[in-house]
Amino acid sequence: MNAAPGLLASAWTIARKDLAIEFRTRSAFLSALVLSLLAIVIFYFAWDPTAIRATDLAPGVLWVTFTFSGLLGLHRSFGVEQHDGAMDALLVAPVPRESIFLGKALANLAFVLGVQAVALPAVALFYNLPLDGRAFALLAGVMVLAALGLVSIGTMFAGMTANTRLAELLLPVLALPFFVPIVMPAAKLTAAVLAGRPFGEAVAWLRILLAFDLVFAYVCMLVFPFTLDD
Amino acid sequence: MSAPPAAPARGPHALSLVALAAVAAAYVRAIWFTPPEAVQGYAQKILYVHAPAAWVAFLAFGLTALAGAFWLFLKDPRLDRFAESSAEVGVVFTTAVLTTGPLWGRPIWGTWWTWDARLTLTLFLWFVYVGYLVLRGVIPEREQRARYAAVLGILGALLIPFIHLSVYLFRTLHPLPVVARTDGPQMPPVMLITFFGCFAAFTLLYVAFVRARMALAAERDALEDAAVGGTA
Repeated sequence: MNAAPGLLASAWTIARKDLAIEFRTRSAFLSALVLSLLAIVIFYFAWDPTAIRATDLAPGVLWVTFTFSGLLGLHRSFGVEQHDGAMDALLVAPVPRESIFLGKALANLAFVLGVQAVALPAVALFYNLPLDGRAFALLAGVMVLAALGLVSIGTMFAGMTANTRLAELLLPVLALPFFVPIVMPAAKLTAAVLAGRPFGEAVAWLRILLAFDLVFAYVCMLVFPFTLDD
Repeated sequence: MSAPPAAPARGPHALSLVALAAVAAAYVRAIWFTPPEAVQGYAQKILYVHAPAAWVAFLAFGLTALAGAFWLFLKDPRLDRFAESSAEVGVVFTTAVLTTGPLWGRPIWGTWWTWDARLTLTLFLWFVYVGYLVLRGVIPEREQRARYAAVLGILGALLIPFIHLSVYLFRTLHPLPVVARTDGPQMPPVMLITFFGCFAAFTLLYVAFVRARMALAAERDALEDAAVGGTA
């Protein structure tokens, strides 16, 4: 008999399983992608483009789109475990409970970043943003930081709501207030980058984002086992 | 076989009556026996509802989070019933804060709503705890409900400083503290007494509401247990 795998090893196995399911069906990823593109397009027509400059509009569009397409992927993360007693099988597996959270969060991170990797160039294209290499790199960094916080909170609440009726309605109601300290700094940082202002100006926002990631990634992993039902 | 739960006493508890009398007394004093403020006039009197309600709301949510955290270790059903009751009362008082604020803001600020730091924080607090109540509402199983609610309560308490920091980076329009200051309260004594009287009355009202709501939760749980025992 092999010893039970460690926290990271089992988390990696769970993440790979989720990503393999997603890669073979591609249904959620494609839906989230199309939703993002639709949102980007609709937002453009919801404002008067002559009154508001595209660079002022883009950060908001980017982060609202990001949040909602992220929610779509997060909901699916535990939805796939609902059939054929898959969740029970996961629970009887000899792995630490924290690794279920970590594995799910890793898969969700890949999902969210994948959607974002298409949405960011799409916003740059449709809104005609003046992005050079440096701005792109900075925005990618902000995106990874925001995705970490979003995925920690989202995985936590997706696990919690998956067992309840109204799951698809309850997840956004619970998660969106928690996205405020992610979306606000991320949008401010994006605006600073797009306007070509020095990044140091927005460093207070960066601190909030970093602190949020650290606190909530850690706490969510700690309390996640309480949301599992034996 | 446990004895059937005793029939609860009918009518309001003495504590509720005392709390209501205290609130009535505080308002009689606030409306007729406290002079209006020199600049704001009668609009300032809403402070005697607004500030104590805000205090009770924060108290209620803080205690909800604490009770939830303790529940995770002690598993005492009374703690969960307290968290449930306190959260519900907290939402009611937060709603009072969010209603009285704009009523005052319109004549004094010239606007019903502004994205000021404290207003935004209170609004999000309201969102988090309405979500908390919705979550409780969709989980029929008692132990699971208590567990989920405790986790959400803890996360909600951790969220507050982050929302506070984020919204504080925007400009703030809200009046700065008048009473809780390092250089002592900047308020005439006659107003100060009324002000603290309202705080005391509202705190008493909070205790009375939570007690009544906990009694209701206990009855509901006992009824559920009796129903389960009857069919088993």
